[in-house]
Amino acid sequence: MAKLSKHNFRSNTLPAITMVGPVTLWLGFFVAIPLIYVFIMSFCSIDEGYNVVFKFTLNNYRRLFDPNYVQIYGSSLFIAFLTTVICIAIGYPFSFLIARTTSKHKALLYMLVIIPFWTNSLIRIYGWRTFLGANGWLNSLLMALHLTDTPVEFLFNRGSTVLGMVYCLFPYMVLPLYTAIEKLDKSLLEASADLGAKSPSTFINVIIPLTMSGIFSGCIMVFIPSLGYFFVSDILGGGNSDVIGNLIERQFQSGNNWPLGSALSIILIAITLLLVKLYQKLGGDMDSLGV
Amino acid sequence: MSRKAKLILKKTISIIFCGLVYIFLFLPISVIVVNSFNATTSKPYLTWKGFTFDWYVKLFDNSTLLRSFGATIAVALISTLLATAIGTIAAVGMYKYKFKGKNVIDGLLYIPVVIPEIVLGISLLTLFSNVHIPRGMITLVLAHTTFSTPYVIFNVRARLSGYDNSIEEASMDLGANRITTFKNITLPVLAPGIGAGALLAFTLSIDDVIVSYFTNGQVKTFPLKVMESIKSGVAPDVNALSTLILIGTIILVILTQSNIFKKDR
Repeated sequence: MAKLSKHNFRSNTLPAITMVGPVTLWLGFFVAIPLIYVFIMSFCSIDEGYNVVFKFTLNNYRRLFDPNYVQIYGSSLFIAFLTTVICIAIGYPFSFLIARTTSKHKALLYMLVIIPFWTNSLIRIYGWRTFLGANGWLNSLLMALHLTDTPVEFLFNRGSTVLGMVYCLFPYMVLPLYTAIEKLDKSLLEASADLGAKSPSTFINVIIPLTMSGIFSGCIMVFIPSLGYFFVSDILGGGNSDVIGNLIERQFQSGNNWPLGSALSIILIAITLLLVKLYQKLGGDMDSLGV
Repeated sequence: MSRKAKLILKKTISIIFCGLVYIFLFLPISVIVVNSFNATTSKPYLTWKGFTFDWYVKLFDNSTLLRSFGATIAVALISTLLATAIGTIAAVGMYKYKFKGKNVIDGLLYIPVVIPEIVLGISLLTLFSNVHIPRGMITLVLAHTTFSTPYVIFNVRARLSGYDNSIEEASMDLGANRITTFKNITLPVLAPGIGAGALLAFTLSIDDVIVSYFTNGQVKTFPLKVMESIKSGVAPDVNALSTLILIGTIILVILTQSNIFKKDR
């Protein structure tokens, strides 16, 4: 806090600049400016050689309403929604059990949620493909048990994409929930029970509201990334259940239409901003998204 | 049903439920580990042809795979170092001083955390191509530092809440200068937060697919190498390397975990 003295500049401003200066420059140059570039590029045109030319156009935005694209936005939002719902339906009771266990292995149980995520995510998704594939473990098992004669096609549909998304994003739901549930004051739960509340009513009226912050940040950290994880729908969806990320990826790689890709990114940025605003309105703490 | 029977039933259901979740989490990893011992030599390397350690030996002849691993570690180490240095100093500075524009910095910090990685990836790609920085190791380090720094700041900040400024004042009253005070008083107090932030930065970096995919140029990090090989079937030596990396990370965390678990104290 600034103290009034003639050495104010030397004693406060100079150290403040040296400490906060580097991060400001870094974020300015590598976060703010690149996003401004994307915004500008979304209004640019391309020439016959697919080079970006700085000629103003609204064409890229017009193309966003292409029915094929609109259908993918819908499907991508549906996948994100389903992923979030499944993550919370499994993640909440699971977090509750490990956060409130009396077992002495509690720390280990917590670590076991994180350990899988130290293996590369691509190769784990590929592991699912190996497991579910036509010659995979599951089909071999089903055939050995004579439950089926021909391999069942588990892959390359919306279901397998959602499975992959849930798998990749599950810890992002569990970690904030775990933190919120662990903070619950046991005496409040006892008080509710003492006052005659039955367990379901304690759950709905006491536990859920007190862990709302964890639910919100978990939902944000699952919903938003699942719109962009193009490699999951590539590997497990096989092109049958694209997300918005696939559309963007294609324009920056094979499609080579950066302005259109930029306009598509603006959709993702808009959705993100909208959800974060909603999150803040509901009282969410931004810092808890990153720890 | 008696009360006791009900409790036992409840407990059994809980254990089965959690067990199923853990099976779900570890299933694809067990596929990777088992396939790293698969003796098959024909693509797509899916049929089981018996047990072998060969791939763990052959791994060390596969120079492109080893090079990709080296690139991954190099990028992770340098970007973690940069992010930890910039992030720690920034977190302390933002905690201690009030200044105009603090909200702006905060807002910028949240962007890499909440925005879909693909947007960060393509925006950096656009920047690098517009200012003509050739894509390669340098752009990978710049990109990884960008998404890691906020995590370091949040972790150090969590440790700073409740930090008592008066111990620094006491140190300076006793004649220590700012830098000595920072080194001997501030850093040790923050160490667990810095450690947790650095570890997070490191693991985010070695696992990163999406941002690297747009900023790598000719350099193939291990995840990108995996992405390339998925089309033709992931070879067992890639599985072997993944298994080794997993074991390595577990050891790394066990060695540093005393710090992490102190975070809450």
